[in-house]
Amino acid sequence: MKKTLMKGNHAAGEAAVRAGCMLYAGYPITPSTEIMEHLSARMPEEGRVFIQAENEIASIHMVGGAYCTGKRAMTATSAGGFSLMQEFTAYASDAELPFVIINVVRSGRGIGSLEPGQDGYRQSVYGGGNGDYRNIVYVPNTIQEMVDDIYEAFDTAEKYRIGVIILTESSMGQMMEPVIMPDYKFMEGQPEWAVTGTHKWDRGSDGLGLKRKAWAEKMERMTAEMQRWEDSGLEDAEYVFVAYGLPSRSTGEAVKALRAKGEKVGFIRPQIVSPFPAKAFEKVNRDVKGFICVETTEFGQMVQDLAITVKKEFDRNVPVNFYPYGIGVPSVKEVLANYEAVKAGGYKEVF
Amino acid sequence: MEDIVRLSHLIDKPAPTACPGCGHLVFFRIIRECLDELGITENAIHANGIGCTGVHRAWQNHGYVPLTAHGRAAAVATGIKRTNPDTFVYTFQGDGDAAVIGLAETLNAAYRNENICVFISTNTVFALTGGQMSWETLPGQKTTTTPLGRNCDLTGKPMHLPELICEINPDVAYAARGTMNSPKHIIQLKRMVRNAMEAQLAGEGYSIVECMSACPNNWHLSPLECREHIEKNVLPEFPLGEFKKRGAQA
Ligand SMILES: Cc1ncc(C[n+]2csc(CCOP(=O)(O)OP(=O)(O)O)c2C)c(N)n1
Ligand code: SF4
Ligand SMILES: [Mg+2]
Repeated sequence: MKKTLMKGNHAAGEAAVRAGCMLYAGYPITPSTEIMEHLSARMPEEGRVFIQAENEIASIHMVGGAYCTGKRAMTATSAGGFSLMQEFTAYASDAELPFVIINVVRSGRGIGSLEPGQDGYRQSVYGGGNGDYRNIVYVPNTIQEMVDDIYEAFDTAEKYRIGVIILTESSMGQMMEPVIMPDYKFMEGQPEWAVTGTHKWDRGSDGLGLKRKAWAEKMERMTAEMQRWEDSGLEDAEYVFVAYGLPSRSTGEAVKALRAKGEKVGFIRPQIVSPFPAKAFEKVNRDVKGFICVETTEFGQMVQDLAITVKKEFDRNVPVNFYPYGIGVPSVKEVLANYEAVKAGGYKEVF
Repeated sequence: MEDIVRLSHLIDKPAPTACPGCGHLVFFRIIRECLDELGITENAIHANGIGCTGVHRAWQNHGYVPLTAHGRAAAVATGIKRTNPDTFVYTFQGDGDAAVIGLAETLNAAYRNENICVFISTNTVFALTGGQMSWETLPGQKTTTTPLGRNCDLTGKPMHLPELICEINPDVAYAARGTMNSPKHIIQLKRMVRNAMEAQLAGEGYSIVECMSACPNNWHLSPLECREHIEKNVLPEFPLGEFKKRGAQA
């Protein structure tokens, strides 16, 4: 298959077409808008539905309307647009309704800024709406991986009847990389849960929502099956870096440079952050001196999941260090400087 | 005979939880009768409102979609209809749901002229939450949030949704208001519902039928007194009629 150079957001939209997405409804918001623009041409071309909705509340409910009849549907958004969708994600979770959202995160609170950042993590992972629920959250770090994740996302959403978020960053949407587009595929047959004139929705309609036990079992199964990460150098590591998305690219480079210098550093890159890849930590050197979390948030979001995982994995208190990179993408130089500071005891562990 | 059997599951399986004399029951029964008469019951999907129009078991039949949050039914119906153009799609919503919290979704679906039917059962209060003011509350009407009577200087005047929709989009297929307080009005209401449904089946676009419905519970009136209240107080504010007839030029 041929590689083509594509902008991240265009590739994301095209991946949804290839995955058999039958409806896209959205409301423009930078830096996600090119996904919508791409699909405004491609969906009609393929005889599928494209709707520019009045706001994100409406667009995600249109997605829900299509998906409850067994038609693959998706939206993409960012920042405050994702906030508006949280009413729906809570309802969908209660009803065990699949959906797919691409959240092209920009940094900051409220209107925030257009620069890349990772502070959409918590809202994506922990639901964001009322009630206790989780979404499955993919965190690709190349455009190809993002395309493959989107291609898989619909199957995953339907398999577990759960919401799937593809968490990307503004730079990922704007940059270009060579990608191979997968073949066209479609949902096979009609899922047994699809609403028709003779079949009403089978969950949540009693007003009680999911039975707790069934929910717990599903989450347990999903957690075991959806462990996905890349790692290197864990067996003898004195320090282990943990990073996802674009910061994982500079962190990966920094790890290579340090290894070349003989430093005993390891690396865990979650490819899915919800469920968190706890299994990756079983391989880590028992005498590890500390973990270093690299993420572009103000106060740390993934670092909390990391700290809980480390606490469970080790009998002793292994320090989890975090330097708040705030916005942008940390450079290799910054990550290296940070490592030296941690080693010299310059940073206090946050957990 | 078959129709009677089919309608029976509205009433006895399981027992309705709505109050006796509730206008929603009458309006919804008419909707179901029309679906049956048009032979589309088993090809119809129902996006519900949140409120008494949504929570009571009586409405939760074939094709019921429970996932619509308060006010979002028109958006959900849009997603269903666009991906299932051969399925009949309707919403059943209260006045608070469609005209207050969901006004954006309601108006924008009409603005796009979505080929769906929107049925609004207006009882001039937020019934489910205990009878607060809605945008359709009558001037001077006492509710739990207008204890001295609705003061329109502060709250605005009652909203007339079908008329408003014709202003927003004169090209909608059909817009009407009926009521359920007498056999004569019920027959008229049923004709309106039929028109709305036939418009969708013919691909003519968006239709809305509002029914002025009794809420004995929150009006603190007997079902019989509700009928008179509608005649004397509701209809002067909310005139019955067709505001957009099918096929009429905009
Ligand atoms: C976001 C949100 N806010 C508030 C509520 C509480 N609530 C449920 S129904 C309702 C009002 C319903 O009024 P209406 O649509 O007129 O229906 P009725 O009960 O009168 O039939 C409210 C405020 C809710 N469910 N969701
Ligand atoms: S409270 Fe009013 S609207 Fe609700 S079921 Fe009773 S009569 Fe009907
Ligand atoms: Mg009401």
